[in-house]
Amino acid sequence: MNPLGIKDLLGLKNLSAKQINLIIQEAFAYKNQFSAPARIKKSLLDKTLLTLFYEPSTRTMTSFNVAAGRLGGRAHNVSVSASSVQKGETLIDTVRNLEVMGFSAVVIRHSHGGAPQLAAENTTLPVINAGDGFNEHPTQALLDIMTMQQFKGDLKNKKIVIVGDIAHSRVARSNIWGLNTLGAQVTVCGPATLIPRGIEDFGVMVEHDLGRALADADFVNVLRMQHERQADKNFIPSKREYHRLFGINEKRLAKAKPGLLILHPGPINRSVEISTPVADGKQNVILEQVINGIAVRMAILNLLIGEKP
Amino acid sequence: MSTLLLKNGTVVDPAQGLHKKLDLLIADGKITGLKEKISAPDAETHDLQDKIVTPGLIDMHVHLREPGQEEKETIKTGSKAAAAGGFTSIACMANTDPPADDVSLIKHIQEVARRHGIVNVLPIGACTIGLRGEFITQIGEMQRFGAVAFSDDGQPIGNAQVLRKVLEYTGMFNSVVISHCEDKALTNGGSMNESALSTKLGLPGIPSASEATMVARDIEIAKNFGRIHLAHISTKESLDLIRQAKKLGAPITCETAPHYLLLTEEAVGDYNTNAKMSPPLRQEADRLALIEALRDGTIDIIATDHAPHTLDDKRVEFNLAACGVSGLETALPLLYTHFVQTGQITLERLIELMSVNPARIFALDKGTLKPGAAADLTVIDPRLTKKVDKTKFYSKGKNTPFDGWELSGWAAMTIVGGQIKYTAEKGVWLKA
Repeated sequence: MNPLGIKDLLGLKNLSAKQINLIIQEAFAYKNQFSAPARIKKSLLDKTLLTLFYEPSTRTMTSFNVAAGRLGGRAHNVSVSASSVQKGETLIDTVRNLEVMGFSAVVIRHSHGGAPQLAAENTTLPVINAGDGFNEHPTQALLDIMTMQQFKGDLKNKKIVIVGDIAHSRVARSNIWGLNTLGAQVTVCGPATLIPRGIEDFGVMVEHDLGRALADADFVNVLRMQHERQADKNFIPSKREYHRLFGINEKRLAKAKPGLLILHPGPINRSVEISTPVADGKQNVILEQVINGIAVRMAILNLLIGEKP
Repeated sequence: MSTLLLKNGTVVDPAQGLHKKLDLLIADGKITGLKEKISAPDAETHDLQDKIVTPGLIDMHVHLREPGQEEKETIKTGSKAAAAGGFTSIACMANTDPPADDVSLIKHIQEVARRHGIVNVLPIGACTIGLRGEFITQIGEMQRFGAVAFSDDGQPIGNAQVLRKVLEYTGMFNSVVISHCEDKALTNGGSMNESALSTKLGLPGIPSASEATMVARDIEIAKNFGRIHLAHISTKESLDLIRQAKKLGAPITCETAPHYLLLTEEAVGDYNTNAKMSPPLRQEADRLALIEALRDGTIDIIATDHAPHTLDDKRVEFNLAACGVSGLETALPLLYTHFVQTGQITLERLIELMSVNPARIFALDKGTLKPGAAADLTVIDPRLTKKVDKTKFYSKGKNTPFDGWELSGWAAMTIVGGQIKYTAEKGVWLKA
């Protein structure tokens, strides 16, 4: 078994603090080598990563591709429209076919929660979850945690607010699992229509007043408002009202703790969840998250399938 | 026709207030004798010492999938499963493909059942054409050709005005409408109970209000326009509404299914699709409320909602998996082991729930062992203990969350119309 002791990375729900810290330490080590890429050990030579995406995504897929490439591996990308699952081949058959084609691992994004687990149970290939339904998005949460640690060290008792569409967010859930495991205090904030049932049971605070939520926060992780989802399902009355109630702007920042840092999984809807001056301001660490995303994915690939010395 | 003599069995017939050791004589498909010592030298005699003899179990909520989805189940395999589970009569829901919304379909089901059925197969006709909830079906004609009740099960009748018309119309024929209580807008594409667990698993949830709001609506409609039987009740809130409405004399009855009495949403575990049902498995408080409702009479019937599916229907992403459990072959031992043996309900109450009440509510000439009644009997062996083995199911549906459970009180013998159709030793007997 690899140093993580797991075949697949399906989520942070069941990862220990030790496992999370191992991935992030490794990611920091890779990041330190980014200025001199030639020093990075090519532990994925002869390895081919498959990205199997049942939902469109540019940045996560690209990030995995770059990560594999920097470790000397190759990536092969397959995009499947969600409807083709129902039309024809089952997910189980798909992964079994891919297994015999000689891939080293498969990265799956899927619109249904639990799909990567179903795949993992039916293949010997390591499966990495790149986002399933509104269940988990572990690599995004790990890069968020890495970014937070980069700026403020140990997260024990640090206060993190996650704001936005919590109900449909895999990023929120993975963040909650990981941050709780590391001893941080998480508050979720958003309109009542977008807070899922029973979220308090995970040991998080629920707040519908963003001002109150931000009062003593160290970080705010701002989720993307998914207009395509909001438009037809009536979760919020308007983008304007959403921005007034839950948007991050200079006025709110002025009232928050100095040094509050803003994370965002991207892409940003300017003037909806975040105002342009804030999006371009000094308190956001959004581009750092993108860089850390590559380091985190390199760490995971190396730990799961890299050639061990 | 042969004569059967069942000796030394403990006869439990709540319809007659009987619970004692008696002999039972059957001739020409009817019960002809029931007393302490019967002598009939020419009869085929079975000693039922240590066994329980009850009126044949009746399951008013079964999906037999024929016509249209014979890969899941057929009338033949489904009725074999029924016999093996101790059921002598089963009512099959109308959501076949095409739906049983026309006399020709009812006749077809009757004909296939006549040729291949092992137990009494009672067709349920659709309330609306194509189960679309718009236009009422030829209810009178379907009843004339054998439809025992009417239901769009699987689909709620969302339009209250349509339900009103269905009730007024079925009322002319003194028939019963079985309602699937679900507000689809509240279900909103959900795939399990909405709770902290659905949030944890990242699965879209179905609030319990999806059921309870429709139960409340149906109660008001029943009070004004006719009798409704509420199918597969799963929540405490629904039971509170039903209990209150019954006190006020509303013409409603209801059922639940063994899986709601024995499992909670926790059975979903790590996306176990065998625990995906419609309505979904709920929480412990709901389960306990259902057990209480068994005791206090709020629940009238236990039906299995036997919903067989292929392996392929279940071996997919949880959201895409089919709903339901293959229930005919496990219901009796599950309920006997977990409710009768534990003293939570009496054996008499179980037989009321599974035979007497279904016969009464749906006006079937069954549910008793009185001399003169049809000789439909279930013999239960309380000492027979074995594990559920889905690979040995007669049903094509192997989709069960109970595989491997060790249970007692299995059917030892199933007699339909005076003919032995199943024994624990020989299995299901095909028609001669």
